[in-house]
Formats: sequence, structure tokens, C-alpha cells
Amino acid sequence: MEAATRAATTRAGRRRPAWLTGLIPVAVLAVAIGLFVALDAPGLDRIGVPEEELTVERAVLHPGEFELHVRNDGADPVEVRQVIVNDGYASFTQSEERIGRLGGAEIDVEYPWIEGQAYEIALLTATGATIDHAIDAAVETPDADLGFYGLMALIGLYVGVIPVAIGMLWLPWVRGVDARWMRFLLAFTVGLLAFLGIDALLEGTELAGSGPESLGGAALVWLGAVGAYLALSAVDGWLSGRRERLERGALDRDGGRSGMSPVAGLGYRAAFLVALGIGLHNLGEGLAIGSAYAIGSLALGAALVVGFALHNTTEGLAIVAPVAREGSASVRRLALLGLLAGAPAVLGAWIGASAFNPSLAALMFGIGAGAIAQVIVQIAPAVKDEAGRLLHPLAAGGLLAGLVVMYATGLLVSV
Amino acid sequence: MRKLWENKVSRRRLIGGAAATGAALPVLHGLVPHEGLHGQEAEAAGEHIAERHAAHRGAGHIGGVGSVDARTNGFDPHEILRDFDEGTLRGGVREWEIVAEEKEIEVAPGVRYAAWAYNGRVPGPTLRAREGDRLRIRFTNGSSHPHTMHFHGIHRAAEDGVPRIGPGNILPGESTVYDFDATPFGLHLYHCHSTPLAEHIAKGLYGAFVIDPKDGRPPADELVMVMNGFDTNFDRSNEVYGVNTVAFAYMDEPIRVKRDELVRIYLVNVLEFDFVNSFHIHANFFDYFPTGTRLEPRDFTDTVVLGQGERGILELRFPYPGKYMFHAHVSEFAELGWMGFFEVTD
Repeated sequence: MEAATRAATTRAGRRRPAWLTGLIPVAVLAVAIGLFVALDAPGLDRIGVPEEELTVERAVLHPGEFELHVRNDGADPVEVRQVIVNDGYASFTQSEERIGRLGGAEIDVEYPWIEGQAYEIALLTATGATIDHAIDAAVETPDADLGFYGLMALIGLYVGVIPVAIGMLWLPWVRGVDARWMRFLLAFTVGLLAFLGIDALLEGTELAGSGPESLGGAALVWLGAVGAYLALSAVDGWLSGRRERLERGALDRDGGRSGMSPVAGLGYRAAFLVALGIGLHNLGEGLAIGSAYAIGSLALGAALVVGFALHNTTEGLAIVAPVAREGSASVRRLALLGLLAGAPAVLGAWIGASAFNPSLAALMFGIGAGAIAQVIVQIAPAVKDEAGRLLHPLAAGGLLAGLVVMYATGLLVSV
Repeated sequence: MRKLWENKVSRRRLIGGAAATGAALPVLHGLVPHEGLHGQEAEAAGEHIAERHAAHRGAGHIGGVGSVDARTNGFDPHEILRDFDEGTLRGGVREWEIVAEEKEIEVAPGVRYAAWAYNGRVPGPTLRAREGDRLRIRFTNGSSHPHTMHFHGIHRAAEDGVPRIGPGNILPGESTVYDFDATPFGLHLYHCHSTPLAEHIAKGLYGAFVIDPKDGRPPADELVMVMNGFDTNFDRSNEVYGVNTVAFAYMDEPIRVKRDELVRIYLVNVLEFDFVNSFHIHANFFDYFPTGTRLEPRDFTDTVVLGQGERGILELRFPYPGKYMFHAHVSEFAELGWMGFFEVTD
């Protein structure tokens, strides 16, 4: 035993392991950075005034108080020294006297604000710079109590779960359509998903713009998209591998009587991915609704709910289209798919209304977009006709129809 | 110009928006259900606000947090009030040494400003002479920008302290002597006249210039109040307003005066970027002598409005003891620092 260890040690001593040589640049970099920092950046003198940047990530309004959550978005520390509300100094307390790079702080400003009025808040820093934040219409931020979560859940149900479930009732009908029109329906689904994907990218980019640039800005959206695409591809690979194994086992047991033929259609695997992609998108939609509600800029009403219902009902169709050729239709399974696609709207509304953060929301929209892109890649082959053409007239028509329907119903909902 | 938060909303647009909201409100009030606001919640909110205000009353002033330590600045607005610099009489000539320098000062609690100052203070020293005195002001530019001293008064062109006339701009490290007679009597001011003019004034190069009438004025407790402001973020509008520089200085610590004693205020407006400034006293009236060039008051009032560079002398007595507020009746300036108290004692 001891002899073996000794032998290994001498071997390592003689011949460095390959991974160790890979660490050399890392070690040199660490030493260089250490020296550079210790010597206070020799040869590089800072010119100009400190560049102070703060982003107000979230403003919570309580009676007689503005609660601002700020993040330092610049290279230099920021010290807020006075707060000006509508051209007057206001009393305030802050959690951090000096906010470091990427650091956050809460600033509570005492102010007898009046509902519905606009306020301009300027944070005056120690160097005299001002960071402005506008509150377009002051409305008390709802307390995150049980009733509030209940309301958000209700909104999520209205705009997410119920419309998707209704849309899934198209299942018996899609079962009856012939192969050609089935391809049309699948192309329609792809068009619909493409619309949602583009929508998620745009909305994410817009949101990222209102968050701190130093946290990545719009790059967060793309990072989320690529990450989600890769993650879903991996999940998909794992699922198909697992299913093949299961099917082989089932065939061995019952001699091939179960109807789970891999060639019959896209199957539940595709439906699951479609539902997941739509679910991630609805999470983002919930976020937008919840945060709009929290800042009082959401006109909750029948029009909004009806709009979302029409918009999202088509999503139900997208989920059931891939399973049209499946022999068995387990209600439980379908219900779970519906929940997977719709329920994230509830979760999104909760997060959006209680802990909204533009950077996080942008990342989530990116994830939704990436998931949708992956689903499109999954479904697209099924759109091909007998000749193997992808963009045959019916497919192109279906794609266009999907885009147009989503655009038109989207007009009904602008949060 | 510092890069600011990109979503910065212009003052003008916001005011427009607020006006529109205000106009729409009565309509909305009728349409939107708002039971919550009228019920217990509103009561609770009211109590909440009242509590906070009660807690507030203990603090020195209405807005802002903290106070400015005079030691950091090297000058105290309370000392500036009664600090008259009569110069040195040498062979019948009244002489002063004035140096312009760059100096960082604290203009509101915690807020620093890179000021330009005459003799290390903003406003510069209050120069005081008697009508007909021969004045000689040796001015040295100790800063890194050209400066001048331009006096209001009646004098020859060469002594006017403007670029390209007489000595013109005084370059860094150089000096000059302004030589003229003190006339007419009244309350005047001096300031730098180098270009860009608004910047050279706004950064702090100004001061009061008092010329007493030959026979003097009745004895009084005399106070100098230079109304100024600071554009700390360089957007050509002021973030900080005050009298003798420091926002809320006389809120934190009131100006102490004696009951029934004549109080004379030398009030000078050097505010940049805003067209007018004003002075309003609570629970009292004053005699007002515009520019101080006549010995009879023009007005008996409690509010005067002054344009840029305008000044006047106020005379009043406080008949009752207690704390009396004074502030700009331009409410915005008041809430941004131009607000204070007199404390009257027997």
C-alpha cells in the first residue's frame, strides 16, 4: 500500500499530470491580478470625475412613503446624500451609506404622495449628481398578503390555465383531420410559437433596457435563450433515449400490443416540449402582468382577460396537435400538459407583483424564447410533406396563419 | 457634463404630465372604484403620515437629512451674516486683498460642490465702505481659470472688471488693482465677469458690496443675506438653494435677534438659472429700500421679489418673542433649501 503511494508520488513528481499544466496560465493570471491590484494599477491614472450610475430597479409605494430599491450600475461607488421629490428635499433613510459596484440598497423616502399624481424623484449624490426616477402615477403597491396572492393566482388562471385548457378541447377535432391538414395544423403551431418566441425576445430586450446595464442588459436575454435551447436539447435527448429503452422493455413484455409506436406521430414527447416552451413564455407573460399590476399601470378588466383568453387558447391547440395521432388520450396526462403550459402564468404573476426585477425578468423572457426555438426545431420535421418539402404551400399557409392569429389576438392585450 | 440616468425625464415634460393628470383626476375620481381610500385604510394612512410628521417636528427642518458642519467648509453662514469687511485704511484709501481660488464646499448636507471662491468663502467677503471713500482692491487670481472682479457702482471703464477693457481678464497667478470711489451709497454687489458668465457667477464668485451714506444709517443689528443656489449636476438649473450658501442653515440653527431691536437686512440676489428669487417674512412686515440708494422706504411689505443681480435693504423690528420663519416665496426654492428661522428673545 505504502509502496504503491510512494510509487504514484514519484511518478507524479517525474511527469506532471496533464491537467496541472492547464492551470499554469490561471495561476499566472491570479498572481498578475494580485500584483496589479496591490500596486494600485501602476501607470494607469484615473482621469475625470467619478461616473455615478444608479438604477432604480423597483419602486414600492406605501402611504406617505416611496421605497426605492436601487442598484449601482457604474464603475464607482455612489453615496446618496439627499433626495429631491418634485423639487423639494424630502427626509429619507437608506440601508447603505455607500453603494459599491453592483451593490444594492433600499432608500425609504418620506413623502405624502397623492394617488394618481406624477412624481419625479432625484437622488442627489455626494458629488452633486442626480439620479432621476419618474413615477408616472402614484398608486399604493399592494401588500403581498394572502388576498393579493389569491388575486394574482386568479389572474394567472384567467390568462394562462383556463384558455390553454379550452384550447386543448380541440383534441377530438384534430384527431379527425387528415394527414395534409394535420401538417397545416402543425405548421400553424410553429407559426404561433415563432410569434411567441419573437415576442419574448423583444419584450426581454425592452425589459433589459430598464435594468442595470452592468448586469448584462440585452445579453441576458440571449444568454437565457441559448442556455434554454441547449438545456432543452439535452432533456430531449435524455427523454428519447429513456423512451426507447422503455419501449423496448414494453415490447418484450406484451409483445408490442401497446400503441406507443414511435412513428405514429410526434407524441407526448413533443407535446411536453411544446407545453414547456409555452409555459416558460407564459411565465414571462405573468411577470409582465404582475409587475404592471403592482405599479398600478394595469387596467384589470374584462377586455384584458378576454384578450389573453383568445391569445392563449390557440396555445392549447399547439399542445394537442402533436398528440393527435396518439392512440390513447389519458385525461390526467393532458391535464398535466395543460398545467405545465398555463400554470407558470400564476407563478409569473406572483413573482412579477411581489419581487419584480427587470434583469431577472429579461433572463426569463430569454429562457422562454430559447425553449420555443428548441420546440420549433422539434416539430418542424413533422410539417414535411410526402416529398420531404418543408415549406410546401399548406405549411407556409399554416405558418402565416399562426403568426397572423397571434398578432391579431395580441392586439387585444397590451400590458 | 456628467452622464445621467438614461430614463431621465425633463422637468418640463413632467410638469406637463402632472398638469394633465391633475386635470383628469376629478373625472377619474368619479369613475374608478376607490373605497379603500375612504375607509379605514385611509384613516390608517393618515395616522401613519401624522405620526411621521410628528417625529419630524423634532428635526431641524422640513426636508433633507443631516446638517453641514461649518468646519468642513471653513466658513459659517451664521458668521457671514454679521461679518462686514471694512478693509484697511491706508493714507485715506480703503484697501482690500482678494484672492480667487478653487475650493470644494458642502452646499447641502453631504453634497459637495467644486466652487470658485473669493477669499475662500461663498459668498465672498462683504466689502463695506462709506460714500466718497477712495477704494483700492488688489485682486489676485489663485485659480486655474481667468477671473475678474466686476463691481456695481459708478466708476471709469478701466476699473469695470470685464474682459478686454482695462486690465481685462486676470490670468491664473496674475493680479491687478481696481481703483475707484465709493459711489453711489446703497447696497451693491461684485462678481466675476469672465465668460462663460453664468458659470463664473454660479460657481461662487460673488459677494455683497455695501456703501454707507455719508451720515450713516440708524444703528441696527445688521445682517447680510446673499441669496444663491448651486447647480450640482450641471443641467443649468439649481439643485440647492439658500442664503449664504448652505441649504437650510438657518433652519438647523435660527438667527437670533432681540425683540424690538431694529434689524437691517442687506439682501442680495445672485441666483443664476432662475429669473427671480424672493424673500418673505412670517408674522411681520418690513420697510423696503430698493438698492438702498434712497433713505426713504419705497414699500412696507412682507414679500419682495428680486431679479438676477437685484438687491435691497430691509428694516424691521420683531414685536413678539418666538421663532419666525423666513423663506423664498418661490416655494420650490424654499423646499430646496432657501428657508430659515429668526428666533426672537427678550
